[in-house]
Amino acid sequence: MKRESLHQKTFTRRAIMLGGLQVGLMSVLAGRLYYLQVVQSDRYSLQSDENRINMRLLAPRRGRILDRFGVELAGNQQNFRVVLIAEQAEDVEETLAALERIIPLTAYEKSKVLREVARRRSFVPVTVAENLSWDEFARINVNSPDLPGLQPEIGESRFYPMGEPFSHVVGYISAVAVGDLTGDPVLELPGYKIGKNGIEKSREESLRGTAGVSRVEVNAFGRVIRELARNEGDPGEDIQLTLDAELQRFVWRRLGEESASAALIDIHSGDVLSLVSSPGFDPQAFTVGLTGAEWRSLTQDRRNPLLNKAIGGQYPPGSTFKLVVALAALETGVISPDHKVTCTGKIEFGNRTFHCWKRIGHGRLDLLSAIQQSCDIYFYDIALKVGVDRIAAMAERLGLGATTGIGLLGEKPGLIPTKAWKQASIGEAWRKSETMIAGIGQGFVLTTALQLAVMTARIANGGSAVQPQIVAPVADQERAPAPSLGISRAAINIVLEGMNRVSNSPRGTGFRARIEDADFALAGKSGTSQVRRISKAERETRVLRNDERAWVERDHALFVAYAPVKKPRYAAAVIVEHGGSGSGVAAPIVRDILFEVQRLAADRAARNPLAGTVTENSASEGSDG
Amino acid sequence: MSVLGDPDPHLTFGKKLRNNSWGLVLLLCATAGLGFAILYSVAGGSVDPWVTRQAARFAIGFTLMMGVAFVDIRFWLKAAYPFYAISLVMLVGVELVGVTGQGAQRWVDLGIFNLQPSEMMKLSLVMVLARYFHGLAQDEIGKLRWLIVPTFLTVVPVILVLREPDLGTAILLLAAAGMVVWLAGARWWLFALILIAAIASIPIGWEYMHGYQQERILTFLNPERDPLGAGYHIMQSKIALGSGGIWGKGFLLGTQSQLSFLPEKQTDFIFTTLAEELGLAGGLMLLALYTVIISIGFGIAFRSLNQFSRLLALGITCTFFLYVFINVAMVMGLVPVVGVPLPLISYGGTAMVTVMLGFGLVLSVSIHRDVPIPRKPGLDAP
Repeated sequence: MKRESLHQKTFTRRAIMLGGLQVGLMSVLAGRLYYLQVVQSDRYSLQSDENRINMRLLAPRRGRILDRFGVELAGNQQNFRVVLIAEQAEDVEETLAALERIIPLTAYEKSKVLREVARRRSFVPVTVAENLSWDEFARINVNSPDLPGLQPEIGESRFYPMGEPFSHVVGYISAVAVGDLTGDPVLELPGYKIGKNGIEKSREESLRGTAGVSRVEVNAFGRVIRELARNEGDPGEDIQLTLDAELQRFVWRRLGEESASAALIDIHSGDVLSLVSSPGFDPQAFTVGLTGAEWRSLTQDRRNPLLNKAIGGQYPPGSTFKLVVALAALETGVISPDHKVTCTGKIEFGNRTFHCWKRIGHGRLDLLSAIQQSCDIYFYDIALKVGVDRIAAMAERLGLGATTGIGLLGEKPGLIPTKAWKQASIGEAWRKSETMIAGIGQGFVLTTALQLAVMTARIANGGSAVQPQIVAPVADQERAPAPSLGISRAAINIVLEGMNRVSNSPRGTGFRARIEDADFALAGKSGTSQVRRISKAERETRVLRNDERAWVERDHALFVAYAPVKKPRYAAAVIVEHGGSGSGVAAPIVRDILFEVQRLAADRAARNPLAGTVTENSASEGSDG
Repeated sequence: MSVLGDPDPHLTFGKKLRNNSWGLVLLLCATAGLGFAILYSVAGGSVDPWVTRQAARFAIGFTLMMGVAFVDIRFWLKAAYPFYAISLVMLVGVELVGVTGQGAQRWVDLGIFNLQPSEMMKLSLVMVLARYFHGLAQDEIGKLRWLIVPTFLTVVPVILVLREPDLGTAILLLAAAGMVVWLAGARWWLFALILIAAIASIPIGWEYMHGYQQERILTFLNPERDPLGAGYHIMQSKIALGSGGIWGKGFLLGTQSQLSFLPEKQTDFIFTTLAEELGLAGGLMLLALYTVIISIGFGIAFRSLNQFSRLLALGITCTFFLYVFINVAMVMGLVPVVGVPLPLISYGGTAMVTVMLGFGLVLSVSIHRDVPIPRKPGLDAP
């Protein structure tokens, strides 16, 4: 009993110690639990929410691009596609085989899908086929019970219903490059595309809209359990252009396979009705992604399809520049319209001989005849009298030598040389012979088709500084009338008459490309700018005809004009790169464009008198001439 | 002499029923019931796949427990050595034919179900040590040579378990054995010495550890060092606990567990689910349940009249405490992740059966608390 009680005493003492230790340890557990669940609760609650709540960005619907009448130039197309959710398919390969009996699938596509399926978690949808036709899509829907794991879906993709004629102006969207990232998280969405050219790029901010956000609860594997909250965001704005889609397509067809550019503007409002660069490209191909071969064929084409030549192609304006020289001469009072010069086909100056395009010469002529027949000798003479700086000043007033600010990517300023410019950029003094060359729009002088259209418009509207615009102003926004350039009306009227004679007098260079209907009649000026120097030897034998030369050595063909003569409304400029003669190649194109724009306007006015008044009202503002 | 020892004429079946600690039985059922509720929640509000099977195991365990409880305590005294021997043989068997589960050989496939001999060893070891110290006089316990046998009894299974490898169980075995030796009355300085030796051998032990064990300890010391790998479990567990707050996110509404951010949510980390959904209140309630169960175990040990019963009851109770402490401390990031289930709550058959068998022995002690057992066979009780 004594032994037993001794055992018990030791046991009891030690058991109590052990019990005390256990109470202590239990208290530690309780204390730790308190620390985690009360003291640190906020911190861990936050982390728990970070775990389970994911923000999913919802790409906003991109704004459309419309023509002046609301015709869609860029829109969003339903993209019928079919995705595969591997965990819902009993056998992925079997499902694909079943799908193959409904729509064509290449072995490459199938292996790509299988690779994706293997790489991703089984509940992540993998795109099997995109851009399906409605027929295919419907067939898949009907057969869906036999296609476990396949889910037909309707997505959205950018669509350019008008295609190539608008490729340069509208531009295209394409995948986001690293350099495009601005911090807008929507740019980081997989598959998101942004504007890379044209209006798509310059108006990217407005077109994009703001992304919506969906707060979803996800599990540890990233599977979405449910949506907690959703904010749809704001869709992008529609952008309305001043372009007339029908006209644009007409112009594009008319330029055909040439490497050419054309600009057609309203001389009072500055609305660009048509701005075409040919050849174009398929903007759709860029949104899908170009193949290497497609890219090479675009970049290696010497006609440069990717360049918007109407604003980015700089060409010597040739004789179209004579309008500027004539205005400068009249405005500065250096000559009167009666000033006469005798053309013998050539003139000696310094130790060089300068030729007229007409070898036998024009004989004695005044300013109007010189414009009408585009006599080079006459303009050498008056250019020397005016001087290059005063010619340049007039050119700049008419909108040459600087970008027009139309708001499209890749616009070039052209070049209007001055004495100071030559000293600064070449480091040589200006020579008088260079003034002569500039007087016929060659040498250093460079312009774009849009600039020439603006120049023509500013002359045709009586000297208002109209600015070209391609994005239509918001409907009820008051448009201030263009300020006057302060050129004397008399001088302008003489130049306008000269242009009238070019097109409507039998000896005019543009007579063959006239519009016979007096209500639609145009007045213009041709230009043929040399791209090579004609050697003395060649002149002595025979100057090669354009069609005898290599393409790159042929002259650029230019023509500028306004119409109708009675009540000017439209100005057009066409440049056909290496096209040959201005009067022979460019003038007929301008004629057709100016005829078409007037015919369309008349048609529309007849069909819908209300729409007619809307389009007419801008014309009435400046009809003082 | 029957197998069950001499039937005590004074201990009628009715007396046994009265002696049984029904409070303990009730608390065990309540705790297991709470476990079912959490398993139901973890399954996303479904009795499948865990609750039905866990309940079936509990039923088996409960039956076994009551059976064990009513068997005479003297039978268990006699059975201590044979059971230990069987457990040891099975542990060796694991070495030879073990099925690898989760990277460790821990199971013997018995055809019907897989048996985890290391679980059996937890009971057998306590039993055999209680049996051994029951036979020692008080003055013998103080002598080192009488500790040689218990040392072997402990070290052999510990080494076998470590080889499986199962560090958690090895620690539990060592700690349980240490507590029984301590309760039996071994010298203070001996424990101090062992503690010093243990600390000194940490660097050596480190060398012998498996990569994953080293990883767990490094991760325990700094969970953020590998937030997507080994540290993930403990970080997610702390997030779950912390975000539960005082009253929890609500039953079935624990985001961390319902959305699978919690690892092993139905087994080792089940306490986290409870505390996430039911908050500090739920967590403390469970700890209180355990504390009461353990207190009853202490009471039963104190009331028993013989050394074997006392050591057995308290040895098992303390092993139970160790389970609870290590598991809960582990999910709260207080100790490294060692793979110890939460008794009565975690999903798992062997652990449930082992715990119930253990409490069967505790109840047997309670029922037979007045049965005297002589120190040596043949010696009559005084």
